[in-house]
Formats: sequence, C-alpha cells, structure tokens
Amino acid sequence: MLYEALIAPFAEFGFLRRALVGCLAISISAPPLGVFLMLRRMSLTGDVLAHGILPGVALGFVLAGLWMPALALGGLLAGLVVALGSGALARATGGREDAALTGLYLTALAAGVTLISWRGSAVELTQLLFGSVLGVDDGALLLMGAAASATLAFLAIAWRPLILECFDPSFAQAVGLRGSVWHLGLLTLVVLNLVAGLQAVGSLMAVGLMMMPAIAARHLARNLGGMMLAAVGVALLATVTGLLASYHLDLPSGPAIVLAASALWLLALIAGPVDGLLARHRPGRHLEG
Amino acid sequence: MSAPSLKIENLTVTHGRHPAVHHVSFTLKPGGLMAVVGPNGAGKSSLLRAIAGLHKPAHGRVAGFAPGQAALLPQQAMLDRAFPLSCRDAVLFGLWSESGALRAIPAPERAETALDAVGLHGFARRPVGSLSAGQFQRVLFARLLLQNAPVILLDEPFNALDARTAADLLAVMRRWHGEGRTILAVLHDLDLVRREFPETLLLAREAVACGATETVLSAENRLRARMMSEAWAEDAAPCEREAA
Repeated sequence: MLYEALIAPFAEFGFLRRALVGCLAISISAPPLGVFLMLRRMSLTGDVLAHGILPGVALGFVLAGLWMPALALGGLLAGLVVALGSGALARATGGREDAALTGLYLTALAAGVTLISWRGSAVELTQLLFGSVLGVDDGALLLMGAAASATLAFLAIAWRPLILECFDPSFAQAVGLRGSVWHLGLLTLVVLNLVAGLQAVGSLMAVGLMMMPAIAARHLARNLGGMMLAAVGVALLATVTGLLASYHLDLPSGPAIVLAASALWLLALIAGPVDGLLARHRPGRHLEG
Repeated sequence: MSAPSLKIENLTVTHGRHPAVHHVSFTLKPGGLMAVVGPNGAGKSSLLRAIAGLHKPAHGRVAGFAPGQAALLPQQAMLDRAFPLSCRDAVLFGLWSESGALRAIPAPERAETALDAVGLHGFARRPVGSLSAGQFQRVLFARLLLQNAPVILLDEPFNALDARTAADLLAVMRRWHGEGRTILAVLHDLDLVRREFPETLLLAREAVACGATETVLSAENRLRARMMSEAWAEDAAPCEREAA
C-alpha cells in the first residue's frame, strides 16, 4: 500500500523520475536564493522576475515550439532585462522601484500570455504557466542540474559578501566590496533557477519553490545556516509530496508542489519555534537570566 | 602605532547638486583626537562618509592616509539589525581585510576576545537582533577592535546609550587614542566634547571654526552655526568657488 502510494509511481514511470530528480536539484538551489531575497526585503522581486521571464519564454515558444534551449534562452534574457531594467528605470525616472517593477511585470505577463495564446493551444499555455511533469526532457533535466550546480558554487563564493552587503552596506562599501556586482549575481541566479524550473513547475509557479520554503524557514531557525537548511528541507519535502499528489490526483505539477510547500509554510507559521503563532501565544517558561 | 594624518582639502560633498559639505578644509595630525559638532543637517555624517570613501566628493580631496587605513563606525540606523547573524559573526567581519570573501578567518577566537573587551562576555552566539541598542553599539565597537585601523571614524558613537555603556565605550576610545590612532568623531554632547576632545571642528555645511575645543565652542561660534539655514535654496546660483 505504502509502496504503491509513495514509491511505485517513481519506479514505474521514467518521466516522473526525471521530474523528481530535476525538481530535487532545484529544491536544493532555489530556496537559499529565496532566503537571501527575503532577508533583503525583496520577496516580491522573485515573483516579478518569474513574470518577467514569460515574454522571453513565449518568444522562444513562438519561434521554436516547446524546445527547451529556445525557451530557456528567451526566459533568461527577458528575466535579466526585467532584473536590470526595473532598477535602472526607477533610477532614471526618479520613481519608486516597486512601481517600476509592477509596471514591468504586468506588461511582461500580458505580453507573454498573448504571445503564447497567439501561436499555441490552451494546453501549451497551461504547461508553460504551471508546468507539466511530462515536460521534463533530457535538456530540461540537464538545465536543472546545471542551474543547481552553478547556484551552489556561487553561494559558496558569495556567502560572506551577500551577508555583509545586506547586514551593513556602508561597511561593505568601506572595505571595498562591490555590493552591486554580488547583488546582480544573485538576481542572475534567481532568473536561472526560475528558467530551469520552467518545464516541471511552470514559469508562474517556479518562484513558489524559491520563496515558500524561504518564508517557512523564517519560523524554523534563528540563524542563517539553519534557515538555509530548513528551507531546503521544506522544498525537498514539498517536491516529493507535490509530485505524488500531481500523479495520484492528476493535478498540474507546479501548483501541486507549491500547494505542498504552502501547507508546510502554514504548519511552520502555526507551530514554528521562531515567531510561530503557538510559540507567541503560549511561550515556554522564562529563564533566570 | 604610527598613525597617519587626516588632510581634508577644500572638500565639497553634494546630494544631487546641493552641497551637504561645502569647501571644508582642515588637518588632523597623526594620533589626533577631534570632534565634529554642528546642528542637524550640518553635513557631519556626510563628511565622515566622504572620508571613509563611501561618498565621492564633488570637489576637493581627502588625503593623508591610504585606502583601507580608516575604519568607520556607522550610525545604527544604517544597519539591518533584524538580519539573522550572531554577535560573533558580526564582529568577525572586522577581519575582512585578512579573510575577504573566501579565505579562512585567521584566529576566529579573536571575536570572543573583542566581545569580552567591550563587556559582552558570553554573547558570541546571541543573534544581533536580540540586542539592545547599547549592546549592539558594543558589538560594533568590538568589530572596530578587530579592524585595528590606524584611522578611526565614529558617527555618533555614544548616542542613546545609558551612562555605563557610554563610559565603557568612551574608555575604549581613550585607549585607541592612547595607542596613537587618529580619531575623528561626530558628536552632539558638547559637555562630552569639552571633556574628552582636545580639538573640534564646528560644521554648519561650511567649517565655522576648527582648532582647540574651548576656542571653537565659543558662544559666538555656536550662534553662527545655529544661523545656518537647514533648507536647500532651490534658486541658489552655481557656486563660484567651484572653479577654484
């Protein structure tokens, strides 16, 4: 029974195994980026970038159909344009960055959906927006593995600079740290992870695997290392349960994985030891000193 | 310690086109201890940030010491105190010149020693977010201890601290002075300045006076500084001294 429910789907179907491996890879790399975005008070930026990649993905789709390299390249370029453009636009016009981001992502979402609808079917639109386990071909799997490897390598190098630049930007600048370069590296990898998750979880849902575990982790650990581990744990668990739910209940894989992550976030929000609702209302006995 | 001097030559720092610091010149000799005082909006923090290399001057220059020889204590509002960082890790950033992004941190137990020295024994694992303002200021002083810089720039180091914390941190500053470091500190408490600082710069966007503290803080000079208009003159003409 347990075997049937938990193991058999992956043992029997190669496409599901590929989706599992790919999503597990992204579950290791995307949540730490989400934690950094959250700590920089940029939780919504990931969402905006997820919308931002859509016109590029749509252009790739219009030109080459559901061919991964074209989708990935288009998404990557469009995501970088939005990542760089929003900041530049806000600076150039003296406006607020959140306003520029909102303008850009609404435009990007509308343009992307229009382009895909123009050339594709409703099924293809759904697949690009919300993902499909059937979509993880070898190219997609390789991209997911490469994105995860590149992200972990970047985080190993950028760990201290990203922390310092966020904690004390003046000090970082005074010791000669080029904060904008590291920030740009972070945003580039955010875009790369979103693009890599495109086939399996969809462009709109890929950000869920990045941000939901990150915001859940805030309630699970007090220090940064603990938060990163908790976020990755939540993402791994959400991926496995989401894919199984997607298989058994015939749901699109992206929303299923994100809903599984949402359930874990709610659990952390209620029962988490750090600022969880229960911990706040029923604090343990206080200490002597 | 053979500290360098601090030479500020005709320095102008602007926000947009408006000067926050306007053609200011002064010299602080090696091992000197100088306070920077003036009303709100006088450009004190802007001056310090320009000296630390955080704000590119629109005019003039900062000289006397090499890049990397100055350490800055920023105002607490400039830091993200909610960041999930332990006191130990926050202090260890003071060794950035030795560790950089990737190198192993040499003798990391120095963080504990520095925390002990500022009165925070046993705080190494405490998250900075759980500290009071005074305790957090002690952490920033501990980081300065590890930076071990010959030039120290302090932006309102004793603001909003209780008497004991202020006295402890003042003792740390006196020790730095005794070791021959060159120290420039932005302060509001004039009694403290009279007591502890032999030299003072009275700033009101321009240098109203600079030199021996008692002379600089005369009633006449303080009145001149208070007359400084805080508002930007939107219709101000371009500065004629720019070309000089």
